[in-house]
Amino acid sequence: MSKPKAGFYWCASCGGCEESVVDLAEDLLPVVDAIDFVFFPLAMDFKRQDVEALADGEITVCFINGAIRSSEQLGMAELLRRKSKILIAYGSCAHQGGIPGLANLYDLESILETAFQQTPSTDNPGKTRPLPQITVAGGKLTLPTLDESVKSLDQVVEVDYYLPGCPPPVALLKAAVQAILSGNLPPRGTVLAPDKALCKECPRLDSKPDELLITQFKRPHEIEIDQQKCLLAQGLLCLGPATRSGCQAACIAGNMPCTGCLGPTSRTRDQGAAAMGALGSLIESTEEDQIASALENLPDPAGTFFRYSVPTSMMFRKHQNA
Amino acid sequence: MSKAIHLPLADNFEPRIVAFFCNWCTYTASDLAGISRMTYAPNTRVIRVMCSGRIEPQLLLAALREGADGVLIGGCHPGDCHYQAGNYKCLRRFKLLKKYLDQMGIEPQRVRLEWIAASEGDKVQKVTNEMTEQIRKLGPLKLTAIPKPPSHHQADQAPVCQGAVS
Repeated sequence: MSKPKAGFYWCASCGGCEESVVDLAEDLLPVVDAIDFVFFPLAMDFKRQDVEALADGEITVCFINGAIRSSEQLGMAELLRRKSKILIAYGSCAHQGGIPGLANLYDLESILETAFQQTPSTDNPGKTRPLPQITVAGGKLTLPTLDESVKSLDQVVEVDYYLPGCPPPVALLKAAVQAILSGNLPPRGTVLAPDKALCKECPRLDSKPDELLITQFKRPHEIEIDQQKCLLAQGLLCLGPATRSGCQAACIAGNMPCTGCLGPTSRTRDQGAAAMGALGSLIESTEEDQIASALENLPDPAGTFFRYSVPTSMMFRKHQNA
Repeated sequence: MSKAIHLPLADNFEPRIVAFFCNWCTYTASDLAGISRMTYAPNTRVIRVMCSGRIEPQLLLAALREGADGVLIGGCHPGDCHYQAGNYKCLRRFKLLKKYLDQMGIEPQRVRLEWIAASEGDKVQKVTNEMTEQIRKLGPLKLTAIPKPPSHHQADQAPVCQGAVS
Protein backbone atom coordinates (compact mmCIF):
# COMPACT_ATOMS: atom_id res chain seq x y z
CA MET A 1 0.00 0.00 0.00
CA SER A 2 1.33 3.41 -0.88
CA LYS A 3 1.89 5.88 1.90
CA PRO A 4 -0.52 8.78 2.42
CA LYS A 5 0.68 11.94 0.72
CA ALA A 6 1.13 15.19 2.60
CA GLY A 7 1.79 18.81 1.74
CA PHE A 8 3.00 21.74 3.81
CA TYR A 9 2.73 25.23 2.39
CA TRP A 10 3.09 28.81 3.56
CA CYS A 11 1.27 31.97 2.61
CA ALA A 12 1.55 35.29 4.51
CA SER A 13 3.54 33.97 7.46
CA CYS A 14 6.92 34.18 9.15
CA GLY A 15 8.22 30.61 8.82
CA GLY A 16 7.66 29.82 12.48
CA CYS A 17 5.02 27.26 11.58
CA GLU A 18 7.58 25.30 9.56
CA GLU A 19 9.88 25.57 12.54
CA SER A 20 7.24 23.96 14.72
CA VAL A 21 7.44 20.84 12.53
CA VAL A 22 11.14 20.61 13.34
CA ASP A 23 10.17 20.98 17.00
CA LEU A 24 8.68 17.51 16.77
CA ALA A 25 12.35 16.44 17.13
CA GLU A 26 12.73 12.64 17.09
CA ASP A 27 8.96 12.29 16.81
CA LEU A 28 9.34 13.61 13.29
CA LEU A 29 11.05 10.39 12.18
CA PRO A 30 8.00 8.05 12.42
CA VAL A 31 5.94 10.76 10.69
CA VAL A 32 8.38 10.94 7.78
CA ASP A 33 8.30 7.13 7.63
CA ALA A 34 4.52 7.02 7.56
CA ILE A 35 3.84 9.68 4.94
CA ASP A 36 5.23 10.94 1.66
CA PHE A 37 5.74 14.66 1.40
CA VAL A 38 4.69 15.69 -2.09
CA PHE A 39 5.01 19.44 -1.48
CA PHE A 40 7.02 21.22 1.19
CA PRO A 41 8.82 24.22 -0.35
CA LEU A 42 10.78 25.08 2.78
CA ALA A 43 12.37 21.67 3.15
CA MET A 44 12.26 19.97 -0.23
CA ASP A 45 12.48 20.94 -3.85
CA PHE A 46 8.99 20.87 -5.30
CA LYS A 47 7.42 23.31 -7.70
CA ARG A 48 3.87 24.35 -8.40
CA GLN A 49 3.84 22.10 -11.50
CA ASP A 50 4.46 19.08 -9.27
CA VAL A 51 1.23 19.86 -7.41
CA GLU A 52 -0.65 20.56 -10.64
CA ALA A 53 0.42 17.14 -11.93
CA LEU A 54 -1.34 15.39 -9.03
CA ALA A 55 -4.91 14.16 -9.35
CA ASP A 56 -7.63 16.06 -7.48
CA GLY A 57 -7.81 14.78 -3.91
CA GLU A 58 -4.55 12.87 -4.25
CA ILE A 59 -2.93 14.63 -1.30
CA THR A 60 -4.29 13.01 1.85
CA VAL A 61 -3.57 15.95 4.09
CA CYS A 62 -2.25 19.41 3.40
CA PHE A 63 -1.20 21.90 6.05
CA ILE A 64 -1.33 25.54 5.01
CA ASN A 65 0.01 28.23 7.27
CA GLY A 66 -0.13 31.97 6.77
CA ALA A 67 -2.86 34.44 5.94
CA ILE A 68 -4.06 35.24 2.42
CA ARG A 69 -3.42 38.57 0.80
CA SER A 70 -1.73 38.14 -2.57
CA SER A 71 -3.12 36.64 -5.74
CA GLU A 72 -0.37 34.04 -5.58
CA GLN A 73 -1.39 32.93 -2.08
CA LEU A 74 -5.02 32.72 -3.16
CA GLY A 75 -4.10 30.67 -6.23
CA MET A 76 -1.97 28.25 -4.22
CA ALA A 77 -4.69 27.88 -1.56
CA GLU A 78 -7.25 27.07 -4.27
CA LEU A 79 -4.91 24.63 -6.00
CA LEU A 80 -3.99 22.81 -2.79
CA ARG A 81 -7.63 22.71 -1.71
CA ARG A 82 -8.51 20.96 -4.93
CA LYS A 83 -5.68 18.47 -4.65
CA SER A 84 -6.22 17.66 -0.96
CA LYS A 85 -8.67 15.41 0.86
CA ILE A 86 -8.05 17.12 4.19
CA LEU A 87 -7.00 20.74 4.36
CA ILE A 88 -5.72 22.02 7.67
CA ALA A 89 -5.37 25.70 8.53
CA TYR A 90 -2.10 25.58 10.43
CA GLY A 91 -1.22 28.30 12.90
CA SER A 92 -2.77 31.61 13.90
CA CYS A 93 -2.41 33.33 10.51
CA ALA A 94 -4.24 30.65 8.53
CA HIS A 95 -6.72 30.21 11.39
CA GLN A 96 -7.57 33.83 12.16
CA GLY A 97 -5.39 36.08 10.02
CA GLY A 98 -2.69 36.35 12.65
CA ILE A 99 -0.10 39.12 12.81
CA PRO A 100 -0.33 39.84 9.05
CA GLY A 101 -4.05 40.38 9.66
CA LEU A 102 -3.22 43.52 11.65
CA ALA A 103 -2.70 45.12 8.24
CA ASN A 104 -6.50 45.27 8.06
CA LEU A 105 -6.26 48.24 10.44
CA TYR A 106 -4.92 50.23 7.45
CA ASP A 107 -5.91 50.61 3.85
CA LEU A 108 -3.74 49.11 1.14
CA GLU A 109 -2.72 52.47 -0.33
CA SER A 110 -1.32 53.77 2.96
CA ILE A 111 0.59 50.51 3.49
CA LEU A 112 2.19 50.77 0.05
CA GLU A 113 2.95 54.44 0.58
CA THR A 114 4.66 53.70 3.89
CA ALA A 115 6.58 50.73 2.55
CA PHE A 116 7.77 52.26 -0.70
CA GLN A 117 7.92 55.96 0.05
CA GLN A 118 7.85 57.01 3.67
CA THR A 119 10.10 54.78 5.75
CA PRO A 120 13.25 56.67 6.83
CA SER A 121 15.51 54.23 5.01
CA THR A 122 13.64 54.53 1.72
CA ASP A 123 15.18 56.53 -1.09
CA ASN A 124 12.58 56.58 -3.82
CA PRO A 125 12.25 60.04 -5.36
CA GLY A 126 10.54 58.63 -8.45
CA LYS A 127 7.85 57.06 -6.20
CA THR A 128 8.40 53.75 -7.95
CA ARG A 129 5.99 51.02 -6.94
CA PRO A 130 6.00 47.32 -7.81
CA LEU A 131 3.80 46.68 -10.83
CA PRO A 132 1.85 43.49 -11.50
CA GLN A 133 3.67 43.22 -14.81
CA ILE A 134 6.35 44.93 -16.78
CA THR A 135 7.96 44.27 -20.11
CA VAL A 136 11.74 44.37 -20.07
CA ALA A 137 14.41 43.45 -22.58
CA GLY A 138 14.25 39.74 -21.74
CA GLY A 139 10.46 39.47 -21.83
CA LYS A 140 7.48 40.06 -19.56
CA LEU A 141 7.93 39.95 -15.78
CA THR A 142 4.99 39.53 -13.41
CA LEU A 143 4.35 39.94 -9.70
CA PRO A 144 1.34 38.84 -7.64
CA THR A 145 -1.20 41.55 -6.84
CA LEU A 146 -2.31 42.48 -3.33
CA ASP A 147 -5.89 42.40 -2.18
CA GLU A 148 -7.33 45.32 -0.19
CA SER A 149 -7.68 43.08 2.90
CA VAL A 150 -5.86 40.21 4.58
CA LYS A 151 -7.98 37.08 4.96
CA SER A 152 -7.88 33.90 6.97
CA LEU A 153 -7.56 30.67 4.99
CA ASP A 154 -11.20 29.71 5.58
CA GLN A 155 -12.34 33.00 4.07
CA VAL A 156 -11.00 31.95 0.67
CA VAL A 157 -11.22 28.14 0.61
CA GLU A 158 -12.98 25.49 2.64
CA VAL A 159 -10.96 24.33 5.60
CA ASP A 160 -11.48 20.93 7.21
CA TYR A 161 -9.57 21.40 10.47
CA TYR A 162 -7.72 24.08 12.35
CA LEU A 163 -4.47 23.70 14.26
CA PRO A 164 -4.24 26.96 16.20
CA GLY A 165 -1.28 28.71 17.79
CA CYS A 166 1.65 30.92 16.95
CA PRO A 167 3.12 28.46 16.17
CA PRO A 168 0.89 25.46 16.98
CA PRO A 169 2.14 23.68 20.11
CA VAL A 170 4.04 20.47 19.34
CA ALA A 171 1.67 18.35 21.43
CA LEU A 172 -1.28 19.49 19.30
CA LEU A 173 0.56 18.78 16.06
CA LYS A 174 1.53 15.33 17.31
CA ALA A 175 -2.04 14.52 18.32
CA ALA A 176 -3.34 15.80 14.97
CA VAL A 177 -0.90 13.69 12.95
CA GLN A 178 -1.83 10.61 14.97
CA ALA A 179 -5.52 11.31 14.45
CA ILE A 180 -5.02 11.69 10.70
CA LEU A 181 -2.89 8.53 10.37
CA SER A 182 -5.38 6.49 12.39
CA GLY A 183 -8.36 8.00 10.58
CA ASN A 184 -9.83 8.88 13.94
CA LEU A 185 -10.85 12.44 13.15
CA PRO A 186 -13.48 14.66 14.78
CA PRO A 187 -16.25 16.36 12.72
CA ARG A 188 -15.09 18.73 9.98
CA GLY A 189 -14.52 22.28 11.07
CA THR A 190 -13.14 21.28 14.45
CA VAL A 191 -10.26 23.18 16.01
CA LEU A 192 -7.81 20.46 17.00
CA ALA A 193 -7.17 21.72 20.54
CA PRO A 194 -8.91 21.48 23.92
CA ASP A 195 -12.17 23.46 24.02
CA LYS A 196 -11.71 25.31 27.28
CA ALA A 197 -10.15 28.61 28.29
CA LEU A 198 -6.45 28.87 29.06
CA CYS A 199 -7.14 29.92 32.67
CA LYS A 200 -8.49 26.39 33.28
CA GLU A 201 -5.05 24.86 32.64
CA CYS A 202 -3.00 27.74 34.00
CA PRO A 203 -0.64 26.74 36.82
CA ARG A 204 -1.36 30.09 38.47
CA LEU A 205 -5.13 29.59 38.55
CA ASP A 206 -5.18 29.17 42.33
CA SER A 207 -3.72 32.63 42.79
CA LYS A 208 -6.48 34.23 40.72
CA PRO A 209 -8.58 36.18 43.22
CA ASP A 210 -12.34 35.49 43.36
CA GLU A 211 -13.02 39.11 42.71
CA LEU A 212 -10.48 40.39 40.24
CA LEU A 213 -10.16 44.17 39.97
CA ILE A 214 -7.61 46.23 38.10
CA THR A 215 -6.84 49.83 39.05
CA GLN A 216 -4.37 50.39 36.27
CA PHE A 217 -3.33 48.22 33.38
CA LYS A 218 0.40 47.56 33.44
CA ARG A 219 2.75 46.62 30.68
CA PRO A 220 5.29 43.86 31.31
CA HIS A 221 8.34 46.15 31.31
CA GLU A 222 6.81 48.48 33.88
CA ILE A 223 6.76 46.11 36.84
CA GLU A 224 8.71 43.30 38.40
CA ILE A 225 6.45 40.38 37.64
CA ASP A 226 5.73 37.91 40.45
CA GLN A 227 6.47 34.46 39.03
CA GLN A 228 3.76 32.66 40.97
CA LYS A 229 0.82 35.05 41.00
CA CYS A 230 -1.98 35.34 38.42
CA LEU A 231 -0.84 37.92 35.87
CA LEU A 232 -4.25 39.59 35.71
CA ALA A 233 -4.10 40.06 39.48
CA GLN A 234 -0.83 41.94 38.84
CA GLY A 235 -2.57 44.28 36.42
CA LEU A 236 -1.10 42.72 33.30
CA LEU A 237 -3.35 42.18 30.30
CA CYS A 238 -3.45 38.40 30.09
CA LEU A 239 -5.90 37.09 27.50
CA GLY A 240 -6.16 33.69 29.22
CA PRO A 241 -9.86 34.09 30.06
CA ALA A 242 -10.80 34.51 26.37
CA THR A 243 -8.26 32.18 24.74
CA ARG A 244 -8.38 28.49 24.00
CA SER A 245 -6.05 26.26 25.99
CA GLY A 246 -3.68 23.69 24.50
CA CYS A 247 -0.33 25.45 24.85
CA GLN A 248 0.20 24.31 28.43
CA ALA A 249 0.42 28.00 29.32
CA ALA A 250 3.81 28.32 27.67
CA CYS A 251 3.96 32.13 27.79
CA ILE A 252 2.84 32.22 31.41
CA ALA A 253 5.58 29.71 32.22
CA GLY A 254 7.93 32.30 30.72
CA ASN A 255 6.35 34.90 33.01
CA MET A 256 4.65 36.70 30.14
CA PRO A 257 0.91 37.26 29.72
CA CYS A 258 -1.12 35.33 27.15
CA THR A 259 -1.56 37.27 23.91
CA GLY A 260 -4.33 35.04 22.60
CA CYS A 261 -2.68 33.12 19.73
CA LEU A 262 -4.80 29.97 20.06
CA GLY A 263 -7.97 31.89 19.31
CA PRO A 264 -11.35 31.58 21.01
CA THR A 265 -13.15 28.48 22.24
CA SER A 266 -15.99 27.11 20.09
CA ARG A 267 -18.52 29.04 22.17
CA THR A 268 -17.14 32.44 21.23
CA ARG A 269 -17.60 34.15 17.89
CA ASP A 270 -15.22 37.07 18.37
CA GLN A 271 -12.21 36.52 20.59
CA GLY A 272 -11.13 40.15 20.86
CA ALA A 273 -14.61 41.36 21.73
CA ALA A 274 -14.95 38.63 24.33
CA ALA A 275 -11.59 39.61 25.80
CA MET A 276 -12.61 43.28 25.91
CA GLY A 277 -15.79 42.29 27.70
CA ALA A 278 -14.00 40.10 30.20
CA LEU A 279 -11.07 42.38 30.98
CA GLY A 280 -12.77 45.74 30.51
CA SER A 281 -15.23 45.02 33.27
CA LEU A 282 -12.40 44.43 35.75
CA ILE A 283 -11.48 48.10 35.96
CA GLU A 284 -11.79 49.09 39.61
CA SER A 285 -13.79 52.27 39.34
CA THR A 286 -17.31 53.53 38.99
CA GLU A 287 -16.30 57.01 37.83
CA GLU A 288 -16.07 57.89 34.15
CA ASP A 289 -12.84 59.87 34.42
CA GLN A 290 -11.10 57.19 36.49
CA ILE A 291 -12.15 54.54 33.99
CA ALA A 292 -10.77 56.70 31.21
CA SER A 293 -7.46 57.12 33.00
CA ALA A 294 -7.25 53.36 33.67
CA LEU A 295 -7.65 52.88 29.93
CA GLU A 296 -4.88 55.35 29.13
CA ASN A 297 -2.29 52.62 29.50
CA LEU A 298 -4.20 50.64 26.91
CA PRO A 299 -3.60 52.76 23.83
CA ASP A 300 -4.22 50.07 21.23
CA PRO A 301 -7.24 47.86 22.00
CA ALA A 302 -7.42 46.59 18.40
CA GLY A 303 -3.80 45.44 18.41
CA THR A 304 -3.99 44.12 21.96
CA PHE A 305 -7.24 42.17 22.02
CA PHE A 306 -7.30 41.30 18.31
CA ARG A 307 -3.59 40.68 17.87
CA TYR A 308 -4.19 37.48 15.90
CA SER A 309 -7.79 37.86 14.86
CA VAL A 310 -8.60 41.10 13.03
CA PRO A 311 -9.72 39.34 9.79
CA THR A 312 -11.95 36.84 11.60
CA SER A 313 -13.33 39.43 14.02
CA MET A 314 -16.81 40.79 13.44
CA MET A 315 -15.37 44.02 12.07
CA PHE A 316 -13.08 42.11 9.63
CA ARG A 317 -11.12 45.27 8.86
CA LYS A 318 -10.99 48.97 9.53
CA HIS A 319 -14.18 50.52 8.23
CA GLN A 320 -13.84 52.18 4.86
CA ASN A 321 -16.45 54.76 4.03
CA ALA A 322 -17.68 53.89 0.60
CA MET B 1 -40.36 41.46 -6.57
CA SER B 2 -42.31 42.63 -3.54
CA LYS B 3 -39.06 42.70 -1.59
CA ALA B 4 -37.56 45.19 -4.02
CA ILE B 5 -40.55 47.48 -3.67
CA HIS B 6 -40.14 47.69 0.09
CA LEU B 7 -36.46 48.52 0.03
CA PRO B 8 -35.92 52.15 0.99
CA LEU B 9 -34.61 54.35 -1.74
CA ALA B 10 -31.00 55.44 -1.49
CA ASP B 11 -31.95 59.06 -0.84
CA ASN B 12 -34.59 58.03 1.63
CA PHE B 13 -32.38 56.49 4.26
CA GLU B 14 -34.10 55.30 7.41
CA PRO B 15 -31.63 54.52 10.19
CA ARG B 16 -31.81 51.09 11.79
CA ILE B 17 -30.92 51.31 15.45
CA VAL B 18 -30.68 48.36 17.80
CA ALA B 19 -31.48 49.38 21.37
CA PHE B 20 -30.53 47.15 24.29
CA PHE B 21 -32.65 48.25 27.26
CA CYS B 22 -32.30 46.85 30.75
CA ASN B 23 -35.35 45.20 32.20
CA TRP B 24 -35.50 47.21 35.41
CA CYS B 25 -35.04 50.79 34.30
CA THR B 26 -34.84 51.70 30.64
CA TYR B 27 -37.20 49.07 29.28
CA THR B 28 -39.74 50.05 31.92
CA ALA B 29 -39.21 53.67 30.91
CA SER B 30 -39.87 52.84 27.26
CA ASP B 31 -43.05 51.07 28.39
CA LEU B 32 -43.99 54.19 30.27
CA ALA B 33 -43.36 56.29 27.17
CA GLY B 34 -45.74 54.01 25.30
CA ILE B 35 -48.42 54.05 27.99
CA SER B 36 -48.12 57.84 28.16
CA ARG B 37 -48.70 57.95 24.39
CA MET B 38 -45.47 59.77 23.71
CA THR B 39 -44.49 59.55 20.08
CA TYR B 40 -40.92 59.01 19.00
CA ALA B 41 -38.96 57.84 15.98
CA PRO B 42 -39.80 54.27 15.04
CA ASN B 43 -36.21 53.48 14.04
CA THR B 44 -35.13 51.59 17.13
CA ARG B 45 -35.52 47.86 17.51
CA VAL B 46 -35.64 47.38 21.26
CA ILE B 47 -34.15 44.25 22.78
CA ARG B 48 -34.89 43.74 26.44
CA VAL B 49 -32.02 42.38 28.50
CA MET B 50 -32.03 41.75 32.22
CA CYS B 51 -29.21 44.20 32.88
CA SER B 52 -26.96 46.54 30.93
CA GLY B 53 -24.15 44.46 32.46
CA ARG B 54 -25.33 41.72 30.13
CA ILE B 55 -24.31 43.74 27.07
CA GLU B 56 -20.95 42.45 26.13
CA PRO B 57 -18.99 43.89 23.21
CA GLN B 58 -19.82 40.89 21.03
CA LEU B 59 -23.52 41.79 21.08
CA LEU B 60 -22.94 45.37 20.07
CA LEU B 61 -20.50 44.41 17.31
CA ALA B 62 -22.88 41.69 16.11
CA ALA B 63 -25.64 44.28 15.77
CA LEU B 64 -23.41 46.48 13.62
CA ARG B 65 -22.23 43.50 11.59
CA GLU B 66 -25.78 42.28 10.99
CA GLY B 67 -26.92 45.61 9.59
CA ALA B 68 -27.60 48.09 12.37
CA ASP B 69 -26.49 51.65 11.63
CA GLY B 70 -26.24 52.45 15.33
CA VAL B 71 -26.58 50.85 18.75
CA LEU B 72 -28.15 52.40 21.84
CA ILE B 73 -27.71 50.94 25.31
CA GLY B 74 -29.98 51.99 28.15
CA GLY B 75 -29.33 51.09 31.78
CA CYS B 76 -30.10 52.20 35.32
CA HIS B 77 -28.49 55.34 36.71
CA PRO B 78 -25.23 54.83 38.65
CA GLY B 79 -26.05 53.46 42.07
CA ASP B 80 -29.45 52.17 40.94
CA CYS B 81 -28.52 48.86 39.29
CA HIS B 82 -30.88 46.07 40.31
CA TYR B 83 -27.82 43.83 40.50
CA GLN B 84 -25.64 46.43 42.25
CA ALA B 85 -22.80 46.72 39.71
CA GLY B 86 -24.08 45.67 36.28
CA ASN B 87 -24.28 49.19 34.89
CA TYR B 88 -20.73 49.95 36.05
CA LYS B 89 -19.49 46.88 34.22
CA CYS B 90 -21.37 48.07 31.17
CA LEU B 91 -19.81 51.52 31.46
CA ARG B 92 -16.25 50.14 31.69
CA ARG B 93 -16.71 47.88 28.70
CA PHE B 94 -18.40 50.64 26.76
CA LYS B 95 -15.47 53.02 27.30
CA LEU B 96 -13.05 50.38 26.08
CA LEU B 97 -15.26 49.42 23.17
CA LYS B 98 -15.52 53.05 22.03
CA LYS B 99 -11.76 53.24 21.93
CA TYR B 100 -11.69 50.13 19.79
CA LEU B 101 -14.45 51.35 17.46
CA ASP B 102 -12.54 54.58 16.97
CA GLN B 103 -9.52 52.57 15.81
CA MET B 104 -11.78 50.62 13.48
CA GLY B 105 -13.01 53.78 11.79
CA ILE B 106 -16.56 53.68 13.17
CA GLU B 107 -17.95 57.11 14.03
CA PRO B 108 -18.31 57.42 17.82
CA GLN B 109 -21.85 58.80 17.49
CA ARG B 110 -23.07 55.45 16.19
CA VAL B 111 -23.00 53.95 19.66
CA ARG B 112 -24.50 55.59 22.72
CA LEU B 113 -24.92 54.65 26.36
CA GLU B 114 -27.59 56.37 28.42
CA TRP B 115 -28.79 55.96 31.97
CA ILE B 116 -32.59 56.12 31.89
CA ALA B 117 -34.62 55.44 35.04
CA ALA B 118 -38.00 53.68 35.01
CA SER B 119 -39.77 57.00 35.51
CA GLU B 120 -38.02 58.75 32.62
CA GLY B 121 -40.28 57.93 29.69
CA ASP B 122 -39.60 61.38 28.29
CA LYS B 123 -35.87 60.66 28.25
CA VAL B 124 -36.46 57.55 26.13
CA GLN B 125 -38.35 59.74 23.70
CA LYS B 126 -35.65 62.42 23.65
CA VAL B 127 -32.67 60.05 23.35
CA THR B 128 -34.31 57.89 20.68
CA ASN B 129 -35.21 60.93 18.58
CA GLU B 130 -31.77 62.46 18.98
CA MET B 131 -30.01 59.27 18.07
CA THR B 132 -32.20 58.69 15.02
CA GLU B 133 -31.38 62.17 13.73
CA GLN B 134 -27.71 61.71 14.49
CA ILE B 135 -27.54 58.45 12.53
CA ARG B 136 -29.59 59.94 9.73
CA LYS B 137 -26.90 62.59 9.35
CA LEU B 138 -24.12 59.99 9.41
CA GLY B 139 -25.85 57.83 6.82
CA PRO B 140 -25.91 54.04 6.57
CA LEU B 141 -23.07 51.99 8.02
CA LYS B 142 -21.83 49.79 5.26
CA LEU B 143 -19.25 47.45 6.73
CA THR B 144 -17.01 45.54 4.35
CA ALA B 145 -18.55 42.09 3.92
CA ILE B 146 -16.69 39.22 5.57
CA PRO B 147 -15.41 37.03 2.71
CA LYS B 148 -16.78 33.53 2.41
CA PRO B 149 -15.22 30.73 0.37
CA PRO B 150 -17.13 29.26 -2.55
CA SER B 151 -18.28 26.14 -0.78
CA HIS B 152 -20.53 23.24 -0.10
CA HIS B 153 -19.56 23.27 3.55
CA GLN B 154 -19.10 26.05 6.08
CA ALA B 155 -16.69 25.95 8.96
CA ASP B 156 -18.39 25.76 12.34
CA GLN B 157 -19.19 29.12 13.70
CA ALA B 158 -20.53 29.56 17.18
CA PRO B 159 -23.66 31.69 17.56
CA VAL B 160 -22.76 35.25 18.40
CA CYS B 161 -24.57 35.55 21.69
CA GLN B 162 -23.29 32.55 23.62
CA GLY B 163 -20.91 32.85 26.56
CA ALA B 164 -18.02 35.20 25.99
CA VAL B 165 -15.74 33.41 28.37
CA SER B 166 -15.77 29.76 29.17
